[in-house]
Amino acid sequence: MEQQYIDLYKEHHESIKKHSAEVMNELRDNSFAQFEKLRFPTVMLENYKYSDLKTPLAIDYGLNINRIPIPVNPYDVFKCDVPGINSYLFFVVNDAFYPVNEPRNKKLPKGVIIGSINEVASSHPELLKDYYGKLSKTKNDGLVAFNGAFAQDGFFMYVPKNVVLDKPIQLVNIMRSDVNFMANSHNLIILEEGAKAQFLICDHTVDDVNFLSNRVTEVFVGENATYEHYKLENTHTKTTNLSTLLIDQRASSNVTANVITLHNGITRNTIEIDLDGEHCETLLCGMVIGDKNQQVDNFTSIIHNKPNCNSRELFKYVLDDLSKGGFTGKLYVAKDAQKTSAFQTNRNILLNKTAKMRTKPQLEIYADDVKCSHGATIGQLDETAKFYMQSRGISESEARLLLMFAFTNDVIENIRIPALQDRIKLLVEKRLRGELSKCEGCVICQ
Amino acid sequence: MSETIIDQVTQGEYKYGFTTDIETDIIPIGLSEEVVRLISAKKKEPEWMLEFRLKAFRHWLTMEMPTWAHLDIPKIDYQSIAYYAAPRKNAPKSLDEVDPELLKTFEKLGIPLHERMALSGIAVDAVMDSVSVKTTFKESLSELGIIFCSFSEAVEHHPDLVQKYMSSVVPYTDNFFATLNCAVFSDGSFVYIPKGVRCPMELSTYFRINAMNTGQFERTLIIADEDSYVSYLEGCTAPMRDENQLHAAIVEIVAMKNASVKYSTVQNWYPGDKEGKGGIYNFVTKRGICKGDSSKISWTQVETGSAITWKYPSCILLGDNSSAEFYSVAVTNHHQQADTGTKMLHIGKNTRSHILSKGISAGKSQNSYRGLVKVNPAAENARNFSQCDSLLLGDKCGAHTFPYMEVNNDTAVVEHEATTSKINEDQIFYCNQRGISTEDAVGLIVNGYAKEVLNQLPMEFAVEAQKLLQITLEGSVG
Repeated sequence: MEQQYIDLYKEHHESIKKHSAEVMNELRDNSFAQFEKLRFPTVMLENYKYSDLKTPLAIDYGLNINRIPIPVNPYDVFKCDVPGINSYLFFVVNDAFYPVNEPRNKKLPKGVIIGSINEVASSHPELLKDYYGKLSKTKNDGLVAFNGAFAQDGFFMYVPKNVVLDKPIQLVNIMRSDVNFMANSHNLIILEEGAKAQFLICDHTVDDVNFLSNRVTEVFVGENATYEHYKLENTHTKTTNLSTLLIDQRASSNVTANVITLHNGITRNTIEIDLDGEHCETLLCGMVIGDKNQQVDNFTSIIHNKPNCNSRELFKYVLDDLSKGGFTGKLYVAKDAQKTSAFQTNRNILLNKTAKMRTKPQLEIYADDVKCSHGATIGQLDETAKFYMQSRGISESEARLLLMFAFTNDVIENIRIPALQDRIKLLVEKRLRGELSKCEGCVICQ
Repeated sequence: MSETIIDQVTQGEYKYGFTTDIETDIIPIGLSEEVVRLISAKKKEPEWMLEFRLKAFRHWLTMEMPTWAHLDIPKIDYQSIAYYAAPRKNAPKSLDEVDPELLKTFEKLGIPLHERMALSGIAVDAVMDSVSVKTTFKESLSELGIIFCSFSEAVEHHPDLVQKYMSSVVPYTDNFFATLNCAVFSDGSFVYIPKGVRCPMELSTYFRINAMNTGQFERTLIIADEDSYVSYLEGCTAPMRDENQLHAAIVEIVAMKNASVKYSTVQNWYPGDKEGKGGIYNFVTKRGICKGDSSKISWTQVETGSAITWKYPSCILLGDNSSAEFYSVAVTNHHQQADTGTKMLHIGKNTRSHILSKGISAGKSQNSYRGLVKVNPAAENARNFSQCDSLLLGDKCGAHTFPYMEVNNDTAVVEHEATTSKINEDQIFYCNQRGISTEDAVGLIVNGYAKEVLNQLPMEFAVEAQKLLQITLEGSVG
C-alpha cells in the first residue's frame, strides 16, 4: 500500500519540490524518511485503535504533483454559504488556494496576511521560516509524515500584534476532481500577542469520486491572544478526511475549537493542543451525527505543560445505522503543571443495534495539585422523558427528535458565531429528521 | 510539616522482610523443553498434563513480551530464573510434621496455622513457594462434597474436573505470561463446589515467595457448580529481596447457573526498597466466566505491594442475567508501578457489571487504571457503571486512567466516571482544627477514600487490608 507512494516520491520528488516553497522542501526529505519508517498507521497502533484506514488507503488515488490548475468556479459549485454570516471568505480547491476577488475581503484590517503558503513564501519568507513545521516535525505519526513529504501548498493566515478581526475568516475547502483524488495540504495560522480571530473551515465535496484529504494545520496562538476554530464537515460518503490540528498556546491565551461532523465518509480528526504558558483557557468541543456506514474517530490530546491552566472538553455523538464512532480523549498533565483544572465529557447515543461506539478517555497525570475528571457514557434516549412528552400529546418521533436535539445542543451553544450557530442548528435538525442534509450546491451527497 | 510526613512515608520499611532457612529443592535455572519435562516428572504428572505443558511451551517460544502497558519494566531474562522450587521434605501428614521453621514463618506473618484453624474456622491451604504444604479443614469440607486442595492433588484425584475446566477461561494461548505459566506452573489451589452447596467458611490461601530467584507460577481454578456459593480469599506477603522476582500466576473462575463466587485478595508482595531496588513483578492473569444464567462473580483486590503490578481481573458475562463486580484499591509508593484494572465482556442478555477502582499514588510511583467494558451485539440491556478515582500524595508521583468502552448494542447503558485530585486542604484543616494531627488526618481521609472497597472484604481481611494500607503509607498517610 505504502510502496506505490514511496516509489512515487522517489521518482518524482524533483517535480514535487519544483512546485512548492523552499520552506516546505526543507523538511520534505526528512518527512519522507520518517514515513518510510512509520508507514500508514494501522489499528495495531494504540492511537489508531479506532481508525481503520486500510480500506480508504488502499484505493488508487491521483495526485496533482505538477499543480495543474483545476478549472472550477467555486461560486458555481458552492452555494451553501452559511446564510447571514458576515465573514471574510476564501476558497481552497483541493489543496490549492483559489484567488477570488471578494469585495468584502478588501476590508481586512491592516497587517493581516491571508494567502497560500507559496505566495507568502515569496512575500514574507521570515514568517514561514519561524513557524512552518515547528509543531508537525516532531510528531511521530505516519499521516503527518506523509503530509510532510507530499504537501505542496496550504492556507496561510497571520494576525499581527493586538489586531482584532471584526469578522470571522471563512475558508471553504472544495474537493473537485474527475478521478479518485488525494489532496495533501499544510495550513499555517499565526496569531501574535493580543490578537483575536475566528476561523471557520468548511469541507465540501463536489464530484462522485473517492476523495482523500490529508491535512495538517498548525496554529500558533500568542500571549493573550484569542482564537476560535470551527471545523464543519459536510462531505459525501466516499470521502476520507484525515485531519491533524496542532495548536500551540502561549500564556493567558484563549482557544476554542469546535469540530462538527454532520455528513462524511471516513473521518479521522487528530487534535493536539499544547498549553505552553500559564493561565491558558481551552475549550474543545465536538459533535458527530453519523448514519449509513460512516466512520468518525476523534483523537484529542490536551497537554498541560504549565501550571494554572484550565481546559474543558465536550464531545457528543449520535450514531445510527452501521455507523461507527471512536473517541479518545487524552489529557496529559506534566510534572510542574500544578493547579491544573481539566474536565472532559464524552456522551454518546446509539440509535440502533448495528451502530458502534468506542470511547477511550485517557488521563495521564504527573502533578499532584490538580483537579481532573472525565466522564463517558454510552446509552439511549431517556425513556421517561420521552414518555412525559408523549403523554402530553407530542408524537414519539417528535419526542425523540427533541431529545436528540437537546442532546446536541450544548455543543452547538459553544459556537460563538451567531449565524453559524443558527445554521448548524438548522442542519442538525434537518439531519436528525432524516431529510437531506446536503448543501444546495452539492451534486451527490445524500 | 508536609516534608516530614513525606519522609516518614518514604521511610516506611517492609515489615515482613525476612528469609526462612529451609532447604529448597531447586532445579537449575533456565527454561527449555527439558525443564518443562523435569517439572512434570518431579510432580509425577500424567501424560496429558505434560502434553499440555509442552503445547504451551512451544507456543510461548513464538511469543514476545508485550510492551503496551504504562510501565517501565527492566528487561527480564527468562533464562536466569529457576522455574521450580519445593521444600525438600516430603509433605507432612499432620501439623506436627510441618517443618518448625515454616511454622515460624507463618507465625511472623501473623497467620498462626493452628490458631486460624481453631479460632476463625478458615481453612488455610498454605503455599510455601510452590508446593502445597498443609491443607486444613479438608475433612469438614469434603463432607459437603467440596473439593479444596492443591492443584497437583486435583490433577491426581480429580483429573476429569481438571481436564474439563483447566484453561477453559484462560486459554494457553491467551498472553505471554499466561502461556509461560501453562508451561511451567508449579502448584496452586483447586476448588470445586458441588451443586446447591453453600460453602460454610471462607476459603483462603496464603502465598509466599521464599527461595532466591524463583519465579512463582501459581495456578488457581475455582469451579462453582449450579446454585452454589463460595467466598475465596488470597493474601500474599513476600520476604525482602534484592533481585527482582517474577510472579506470573493464573486464576480461573467458572460460575455455573445461579452460582456466586466472591474472590478477594490482599496483595502485599515485597515492593522493593525506597530506592526502587528489588521487589516482585506481579504479572497475573485472572479471569472468571459467568457461564450459567444468573451467575455472579465478584473481584475485590487490595494492592499494596509489588515493584510492578500488571493485572486485570476480568469477567466474561456469558449467561443471561449474570452480573460481575470489581472493587479495587491500589496503593503505590516509592518507585512502585501499577497498571491494573479490569475487563468486562458482556455477551449474555441483561448482564450487569460494576467497576469501582481507587488508586492512591505517593512517592515516585506511577499508578494506572486500565479497564475495558465491551458489549457484544447480542448483549441486550447490558448495564455497566465504572468509577475510577485517583488520589495523589506528593508531586513526584503519577496517576493515569485508561478506560476503554466498546459498545455494539444500542440497548446498552455504559457509564464511566473518573476523577484525579489531591487531598483537599480544607478537609485537613478541618481535622487540624479539631485537634487531629495532619498525619492522622491524612490517614483518616485515605481510609475513608478506600472504605467503599474495603467494605467489600470479608471481616478478617478488612482488618488486615487496613493495616496494610497503613504500612504502605507508613507513619503519616494512614
